[in-house]
Amino acid sequence: MGLTLDFLALSPYVGELARGLVTTVVLTVVTTLSGLMLAIVVAYLRVHAATWVRRILGGYVELTRNTPFIVQLFFIFFGLPALGIKIDAITAAFLAMTLNLAAYTAEILRAGIEATGRGQLEAARTLGMSKFQSYRHVVLVPAFARIYPALTSQCIIVMLGSAVVSQISVFDLTYAANFIQSRNFRSFEAYLLVTLVYLLLAVGMRQLFLLVGRRLFAFRQGGQA
Amino acid sequence: MIEFTLWDIVRNLLLAARWTIVLSLIAFVGGASLGLLFTVLRLSGNRLLKVMIGVYVDVFQGTPLLMQLFLAYFGAAALGFNVSAWAAASVALTLFTSAFLCDIWRGCLEAVPRGQWHASRVLGMDYLQTMRHVILPQALRLSVPPTVGFSVQVVKGTALASVIGFVELTKAGTMLNNATFAPFTIFALVALIYFALCYPLSRYSRYLERRLYDAGMR
Repeated sequence: MGLTLDFLALSPYVGELARGLVTTVVLTVVTTLSGLMLAIVVAYLRVHAATWVRRILGGYVELTRNTPFIVQLFFIFFGLPALGIKIDAITAAFLAMTLNLAAYTAEILRAGIEATGRGQLEAARTLGMSKFQSYRHVVLVPAFARIYPALTSQCIIVMLGSAVVSQISVFDLTYAANFIQSRNFRSFEAYLLVTLVYLLLAVGMRQLFLLVGRRLFAFRQGGQA
Repeated sequence: MIEFTLWDIVRNLLLAARWTIVLSLIAFVGGASLGLLFTVLRLSGNRLLKVMIGVYVDVFQGTPLLMQLFLAYFGAAALGFNVSAWAAASVALTLFTSAFLCDIWRGCLEAVPRGQWHASRVLGMDYLQTMRHVILPQALRLSVPPTVGFSVQVVKGTALASVIGFVELTKAGTMLNNATFAPFTIFALVALIYFALCYPLSRYSRYLERRLYDAGMR
């Protein structure tokens, strides 16, 4: 039997695809921002906090990095309600993605923070910068500049990984594909199209990060390390 | 209804974990072989091959593994083959692994300073001799830590095979959950088993990296 593709069979489902795309994009944008913020806090505490805090956060980072995202998602969506914490699917997806991205990013960021010499921070304080100012300008911003390529990749990985949230019935791109193929049985066409959309999203995200990075870290263009 | 004791749950999960390990091994061995082939082809100097392999790597790195699994499973069906979840999962994970390993190894080969190619040429070595005596020994040492590190991603990736009905650790977890309604315990145990599989690999990768760094190579 040969392969016959009928992409026109997908045309009645443009609305579903658009709805899925919007969900995937919104989830990605929101979790990228929330994940980054959480990562900064975790990375800061992992470098500077008391030993027991560092241990707990180290446990969180290692547990997250060494278990599949789908299991984390199931644990949050199915497991937490058993403890009396009721959450809906989209909240669970948001929570799982944020915690996942934050764990990876905190680990990347920690290396970036530790690469800053102590002397630089002391120099900034001597120049009259406040504690917050010097930490922000001398440690955090250069750390982000150093890890930016790795950060870009991690955010794209989380976007691609978000396909899994369809399994707890969040109406994302993948869910749209599942929905379509359950109606018209054109599974290959539906998945091929959606895969292409993911690929375009990944390429687009990389370009966007490049653009933003060039603006944010313009000071590094001067050739400093 | 059958009553499940905690031990029943643990035992069933551990039994299912065997298939996670087997699938991981298939994906890793298959992916490494294919990745090696692609790495060699990429070095062969053929422009077209190089571009094609580059696209292959970008496509697999730029699309969700879940979609790759769906396409392998339903795509084969569309072509008229009736494949099992086993076959589809093995093929998809092998291709996925080969793309990432190919990219990792290219980076390792490129990490050897260019000057060494020139120096070897000056010493009268040809391409193969340079590769064998100068570049490969260094690139191989560089490649071990990230390769071991990536094996963690392979093990975690096998969890997605549950979605196309392959009964491994995650699928066993959802099935047990449907039978026992003890999601907290079950998914905590599932996560713990994955952790037991992945954490040693992560630690080993980090140890190898540190040793390489201490040996003064980067």
